[in-house]
Amino acid sequence: MTAHDIVIVGGGPAGMAAAVAAYDSGVTDVVILDREDSVGGILRQCIHNGFGLHKLGRELTGPEYADVYRKEVEKRGIKIYCETMVTAVSTDRVVTARNRQGIMKIQAGAVVLAMGCRERSRGALNISGTRPAGVYSAGTAQKLINCEGYMVGKKVVILGSGDIGLIMARRMSFEGAKVEAVCEIMPYSGGLTRNIVQCLEDYGIPLYLSTTVAEIHGQKRVEGVTIAEVDENRRVKEETKRYIPCDTLLLSCGLIPENELTRSAGIPIDPITSGALVDENRETATPGIFACGNVLQVHDLVDYVSDEAEIAGIGAANFVKNGAVTGETVATKPGNGVRYVLPQRVHTDKGNDVALFMRVTQPFGKVRFTVKSGDEVLATAVRLKAAPGEMEKIVVKSEKLALASEPITVSLEVL
Amino acid sequence: MKRDLICIICPRGCAMHVEGEKDNLTVTGNACPKGKQYAIDECTHPTRTVTSIVRVSNREDTMVSVKTAAPIPKENIFDVMAKIRATKVEAPIEAGTVILSDIYGTEVIATKSIF
Repeated sequence: MTAHDIVIVGGGPAGMAAAVAAYDSGVTDVVILDREDSVGGILRQCIHNGFGLHKLGRELTGPEYADVYRKEVEKRGIKIYCETMVTAVSTDRVVTARNRQGIMKIQAGAVVLAMGCRERSRGALNISGTRPAGVYSAGTAQKLINCEGYMVGKKVVILGSGDIGLIMARRMSFEGAKVEAVCEIMPYSGGLTRNIVQCLEDYGIPLYLSTTVAEIHGQKRVEGVTIAEVDENRRVKEETKRYIPCDTLLLSCGLIPENELTRSAGIPIDPITSGALVDENRETATPGIFACGNVLQVHDLVDYVSDEAEIAGIGAANFVKNGAVTGETVATKPGNGVRYVLPQRVHTDKGNDVALFMRVTQPFGKVRFTVKSGDEVLATAVRLKAAPGEMEKIVVKSEKLALASEPITVSLEVL
Repeated sequence: MKRDLICIICPRGCAMHVEGEKDNLTVTGNACPKGKQYAIDECTHPTRTVTSIVRVSNREDTMVSVKTAAPIPKENIFDVMAKIRATKVEAPIEAGTVILSDIYGTEVIATKSIF
C-alpha cells in the first residue's frame, strides 16, 4: 500500500479543479486517478463553444476548457494516473484501483469523489417496441461523431430536450443529417434557453413539448418511431400517435450521478440529487471524503462545476492539515417551489458566508426566494424568472448564518 | 422592424425586444451591454462561431476538434462546414494551429492537441 495526502477519483473538470485548489491550499501530495486514456472527462467530446464565460471570462470549446485545467495540473506536478479504474473507496479512505500494472491500494489523507455522471438509458426509460440498432444516448452519439469520426445516422429523432440533446441536434445538422423532431415529455424544456435558440430555432428543428416516443420500429435498424402527446400524468394520448420515419433515435433524458463507489462505501445519498449528502465544504457524511461536480449534483455549466470543485479541494486540504471540521451543523431543506438545496447541512459558527445552490420544481416568472431558519430570515433574492434547468445560487452572510439554530428552509413566492 | 429574441450570450437568456430602422435600433429587455450588441448584430448581420472536427489521417479513428477563431456570418455556416469536411490533417497538432485560413475574414483553428 502506498500513501498520498489527497486522492482524487476522476480527472474531469471537477477532479482537475479540486486538485489545483487543494495544491494551492498547501497540500502538494495530490494524485488524480482517471479511467480514460487522458484527463478532461466529458469535455473532450464537447467540441462546441460556450464554456468558460463565467469562470475564465472567455468563451472556449470543451477541449480548450479542459486544457486550461490540464496545464494548471501539470504545472504543479500533480501526478495523474490514466487508464486507472478505481474499484473501491473505504470509509477509512483506502482507495483501491486497477490498471495495466495491476492492483494498487492507496491510503489517502482525504479523498475527493469527482466521477461525474452518466446518461439515462433506453432500458431505464421503458420505451416499447423492437430493439434495433440506431438507438443511442445523445452523449454516446456525441463521442462517436466528435472523437471517432463515426456518423451515427442520417434521419434523426431526439427524445429529451436536455442540453446534450439540443447540442446534438445542431451537431447532426452540421454533419448533413436531417433532425426530424425533438420530443420532450415535460411541458417545458430541460435545456438552457440559449441552446433552444441557437441549436433548434437556428436550423428550423421542431421542438414538441408534452410529447414522447411511444414505440420504436425496425428489425435490424431503426426504421421509425411513433411519437405521441402525453396528458398531465405523462400517459400517452392514443389519438395523437403519429409515425415518423427515421434511422436513428437519440436519447437525452437526464443524467445520473455515477455514485457506485460512494454507495458501496456506505456514504449516505440524497434521494433527490442522487449525490452524496454534503456540508458547505462538500464533505460527505464520512469524514475526509469529499464530493464535487456532477457526481454530487448535475450542473448546467462546467464553470459552476469548477467552482464547486475548488470548494471541495480546499475542504480536503484543510482536512489533511487540520483534521475534521468540528461544531454543530444545521440541515437545509427545500420549501415551497424548491426541489432541493445543496449543501444539505451547514456549520453556522465558522464566520464564513455560505452559498446555497438549488433548483426549482417548475418554470416560474418573477419570484422571490427566502432563506429562513425558524422565523429568522437569513437571505432573500429576487429573480426575473426561474426554471428547473437553471441552477440558482443564494449567498447567506456569515452574521446571518450565526443566527440559524433551526433547519434552514429555502422557499419561493411568485411575485 | 419589430422583433423579439432571446439572448444567447450567457445562460441568463434575456428576452429582448428590438424596434426601429436598421441603423437606429432600440433594444429593451437586455440585462447587459453585450446583450444589446447581440440583439443589434442579430438583426443586422447575425454571426455564429462554428465548431466541428477534422480527421487526423495518420491516427486511427482520431479526429481533432476545430472552431472558427471568430464568429462568421450565419448564412455561411454550411459553406464553412463543407470546407472543414473536405480537410484532413496530420498529427502532431497543437491546439491553436491554423487548419484553414481565409474563412470569411477569420480562420479555422484546432481546439485540441493530438500528440
